Amino acid sequence: MYDIVIIGAGVSGCAIARELSRYRAKVCVVEKYEDVCCGTSKANSAIVHAGFDAEAGSLMAKLNVRGNEMMEPLAGELDFPFLRNGSLVTMYQEEDRPNLVKLYENGLANGVKGMKILGQQELHAMEPNIAPQAAAALYAPTGGIVCPFGLTIALAENAFTNGVEFRFNTEVQKLQPVKGGWSLTTSTGTMTAKYVVNAAGVYADVFNNMVSKVKIHITPRRGNYCLLDKSTGGFVKHTIFQLPGKYGKGVLVSPTVHGNTIVGPTAVDIADRDGTNTTAEELSELTEKAGRMVRGLPIRQVITSFAGLRAHEEHHEFVIGEVPDAPGFINCAGIESPGLTSSPAIGKMVADLLCNKMGLEPDPDFSGVRKGILDPKKLSHEEYQKLIREKPAYGNMICRCEMITEGEILDAIHRPLGAKSLDGVKRRTRAGMGRCQAGFCSPRTMEILARELGVSQEKITKCGGASGLIVGTNKDSL
Amino acid sequence: MKQYDIVMIGAGPAGLAAAVSAYDAGARSILLLERDSQLGGILNQCIHNGFGLHTFHEELTGPEYAKRFVDEVRKRNIEYKLNTMVINISHEKVITAVNRSDGLMEIQAKAIVLAMGCRERSRGALNIPGYRPAGIYSAGTAQRLVNMEGYLPGRRVVILGSGDIGLIMARRMTLEGAKVLVVAELMPYSGGLKRNIVQCLDDFNIPLKLSTTVINIEGKERVTGITLAKVDDHRKPIPGTEEHYDCDTLMLSCGLIPENELSRSMGVQINPVTNGPCVNESLETNIPGVFAAGNVLHVHDLVDYVSEEAASAGSAAAGYAALGTNRSARREIPLETSGGPRYTVPCTIDPDHMPEKLTVRFRVGNVIKNKAVSVYFDQDRIIHRKRPVMAPGEMEELVLTKKYFNEHPDLSKIRICVESV
Repeated sequence: MYDIVIIGAGVSGCAIARELSRYRAKVCVVEKYEDVCCGTSKANSAIVHAGFDAEAGSLMAKLNVRGNEMMEPLAGELDFPFLRNGSLVTMYQEEDRPNLVKLYENGLANGVKGMKILGQQELHAMEPNIAPQAAAALYAPTGGIVCPFGLTIALAENAFTNGVEFRFNTEVQKLQPVKGGWSLTTSTGTMTAKYVVNAAGVYADVFNNMVSKVKIHITPRRGNYCLLDKSTGGFVKHTIFQLPGKYGKGVLVSPTVHGNTIVGPTAVDIADRDGTNTTAEELSELTEKAGRMVRGLPIRQVITSFAGLRAHEEHHEFVIGEVPDAPGFINCAGIESPGLTSSPAIGKMVADLLCNKMGLEPDPDFSGVRKGILDPKKLSHEEYQKLIREKPAYGNMICRCEMITEGEILDAIHRPLGAKSLDGVKRRTRAGMGRCQAGFCSPRTMEILARELGVSQEKITKCGGASGLIVGTNKDSL
Repeated sequence: MKQYDIVMIGAGPAGLAAAVSAYDAGARSILLLERDSQLGGILNQCIHNGFGLHTFHEELTGPEYAKRFVDEVRKRNIEYKLNTMVINISHEKVITAVNRSDGLMEIQAKAIVLAMGCRERSRGALNIPGYRPAGIYSAGTAQRLVNMEGYLPGRRVVILGSGDIGLIMARRMTLEGAKVLVVAELMPYSGGLKRNIVQCLDDFNIPLKLSTTVINIEGKERVTGITLAKVDDHRKPIPGTEEHYDCDTLMLSCGLIPENELSRSMGVQINPVTNGPCVNESLETNIPGVFAAGNVLHVHDLVDYVSEEAASAGSAAAGYAALGTNRSARREIPLETSGGPRYTVPCTIDPDHMPEKLTVRFRVGNVIKNKAVSVYFDQDRIIHRKRPVMAPGEMEELVLTKKYFNEHPDLSKIRICVESV
């Protein structure tokens, strides 16, 4: 019997796992997909919100501000990309000023530090590409950007090296209370656990509603995004939000931590919990809305578009805690924006809760430091030269757009919880994330994966399951 | 730091031809840098025939065509490095490259020929809505898997875009046992060569649907279907014209983009129409001693013209390397276009540095029938040639001889236009 089983290896599940790995406990994360970070955590704005949005006094507000504070030291410990670039909520009509002030006051109540309302001149000096009619903005210097894959993978790797088990391709189908805990029927067998943590993202209500009479309701809220080429890097320096106003809730235009520009998201409530498709309507809505916020949006530089789902709980609040009529079942539900920001604080909150309940002992062997994949681009000429002499794979360039070497791909495959698919390699190294979108490197990455995993290329997938890239060999049907 | 007179960035058809011609023009210190594991570039995956009709007056496959030039390179003992990626070129022509055996190296060149080729426009850049499953391939990626590795990327295929690689792959996939259901083309005309439409689609009964695009991609893991729709004159899908296809693969052949990231970062001026460098009659960019040829300059349809163009760049580079900066001041007579041609290569001409006969290449933006191509030297029409059909998929060329320039000593601009006969 496990002490704790966490359902879902998204950013919340992995943050909880990493916090729990500080203690002596038998913990397992079960994940439906083949890798961590395959659901909501992989497709979002990648923003570390300052915390002025969430309603004062809410759990969401508290965890947002706390998560924001925790992100910087965490990025240091776990070596993932994070940048405090500051955010600007921009106002385009004078009549919206009361709303801007209200937002500022809400931020103050939430404990957001350093905020300031900027006048037109100051705003345009800070962001020369802002639309001319932008009249004022709420500036929050604590706003930041993060690599959502980098964060989630780092949390998971560190949890794993500290003893947390991960079971992939394992879908939880049924939950039943048993003596001293829970029985979980999964697609790969039955598990038992003293405590279950429900971090199932858009499916969290399904699991809650299996065990509790107090129903919760989560709506997948789809957002389309466009990612622009790195040649647009610096188009905006801060994360630009639009103050909700006459045109409804706006979208954001932001640099990413890797130097691209991201535009999004739309917001459409859908029924399909895996409905991550982009639509023509939403993509054109994005272009139109973002086009009003900035001057000369370089939308023709788009390199990819994608959609993510927010796990929208009907009261727009995080639902975290033990379910009263299902003892031992801990919800971590309704984790939508600012969920990514809040994840370090969510992890700590859930771990503290379990620690108190179960009386967990600290694990003296815990090491909270993790090194990410070595990026030769960050080395000096001499250091890089030395690295190639020792490991020639770092001299073999595989992804020409993002300049990713075979050495980095090998590291991604062989490190703890290593990559098993093209997307796994991509999310760990960025190989295939550039302007050609893996046109040149995918056959080479497939070859490396097959060789290193000891399987034929026909077994290599884009993202696990039935996402095979090759269907056979030439003339095999003739 | 190693030093060479001339370094070719890329050893595909352009780099190879440039190296051979630079050698024949007298240069000896020449280096070819190639990122792939063999010389010849994309030609190595183009196993169909039809290459070399102009150059060798026979039909060769891509690898055979490449071998002709590789043999010439070897005969001259021209140095090359494979599996070597150029990661930066400075404005002062210091090339930073990396490979497994040499590690990180810096090379000072006197002259550089940019010959990096192009990349395919991706699904992301086309912004096609739908899911993002496995089974969406650019035609060139599929071509590599099939022709070089023997793997079949899909069994029921829809192709978007009628560029030449897409047409070639429609035939290849059919021959390898896949079913190609349809080729859809956004424009009202094909983007490829007429001969490829006939030999790759018509001969295999593969329908070509013009003014048609993909409006949805289905399948959460692997492609399960796509929806096509007709588009109006503004290329917007027309409701009610949707057609669904069950398929496991969407292949894209929607245009090629010259790969000029290195060029841009070293300060080479790029023509927004071609996405390639602006060059003069010697195929020299705005940076003296930096030349460009092949698909990095503008996308070609026939490799023969790539070789021809690259040979000019190679000999010009040899001339530059020999003379260094001790050149006379240059004139830049601009070439302008109107009424059809979208661009010209070169962009400017210096009559004192041009050869006896200079080939000017261009493409038109639309299918044009029964018109004439004219060349004006200021107000003087010096060429007026009837063309029954011109199409965006086929590159046009015309030859300007030195004689015309001698007759116009005060020439201020050249205009190339399409006009009534």
